[in-house]
Amino acid sequence: MSMIELIRQPWPWYVAGPLIGLMVPALLIFGNKSLGISSSLRHVCAACIPAGISFFNYDWKKEIWNLFFVFGVFLGGIITVYYLKNDAAVVVNPGLMQELSTYGINDYSSLVPIELFNFGALFTLRGFILMVVGGFLVGFGTRYAGGCTSGHAIMGLSNLQLPSLIATISFMVGGFIMANLILPLILSL
Amino acid sequence: MQEQNKEINTDFEVRSLDTICVNEEQITTPAWHNLKYLAFGILFGIILIKSEVISWFRIQEMFRLQSFHMFGVIGSAVVVGAISVFIIKRFNIKTIHGEEIILPEKSFNKGQIIGGLMFGFGWAMTGACPGPLFAQLGYGATATLITIFMALIGTWFYGLIREKLPH
Repeated sequence: MSMIELIRQPWPWYVAGPLIGLMVPALLIFGNKSLGISSSLRHVCAACIPAGISFFNYDWKKEIWNLFFVFGVFLGGIITVYYLKNDAAVVVNPGLMQELSTYGINDYSSLVPIELFNFGALFTLRGFILMVVGGFLVGFGTRYAGGCTSGHAIMGLSNLQLPSLIATISFMVGGFIMANLILPLILSL
Repeated sequence: MQEQNKEINTDFEVRSLDTICVNEEQITTPAWHNLKYLAFGILFGIILIKSEVISWFRIQEMFRLQSFHMFGVIGSAVVVGAISVFIIKRFNIKTIHGEEIILPEKSFNKGQIIGGLMFGFGWAMTGACPGPLFAQLGYGATATLITIFMALIGTWFYGLIREKLPH
């Protein structure tokens, strides 16, 4: 198997995890930046619609590195699709596949289930809740918590910050409750 | 001058309301230096997709304890990150510009629990945390535009009612 074919395969956790971990020292050493993504949403608000709100009343240009970083993540997605994508169907736990089929989710061609996330689904109750309410919760929740998976779980825990551990546990508890208790009801809609 | 200093200090305080948002470079670097963050971002985006961290299915498996993958990714990332931070502190490693590396201390507030739970809900619903949202869009899942737009609205709404929330 050639190198490029190997890279095109999904990467195992023990390759991807350490690489993600290395982003922490890379950003610190190359520019004294703490890894974090969700702040970019705040900077966009501060740049576009500050509306006199004190939380957005700061010089967002001082944090512009974060917007470059996030734009890079977007470009990384495009590059992966063009050069590094494998065309095999996404491998998913059989138990989960069986459960999802009862909700009419059978398309495994994309990492983002097409049957749930498309513009047309926005006009169904299920799609509306997942995209609109879900997206809102991601934005509101991360800012209220002061960070997301990268800022708290990766960066904060790497720096042994107790508040980040509390936040990370809360993320996981919230996810467990939603995925096991509430999401089945939403998917049944 | 006095007046100007005061303004800068307030600006830093407002930015610091967000615990992540405290990057104050002491030295000024030319604007093109931001391209290195673009490069790191591209790398981060590729890793997020190739490890399938951006997959809604992987997130469901994680929260249903049906796969070790996500726990392995996050766990090994934290171990490598923690060792790196330890080495940076232990050997007092400087940035490439010779600057002291700043590692912000976070203080506890109730938002980490309440906001954390809310984000956990959103994470399980959308199958994406903020990083993967941008990667999903690049990956071609155009409907993610809606999720990103709503995440912006959520962030903005938090700013609007911030002072009324328990912290």
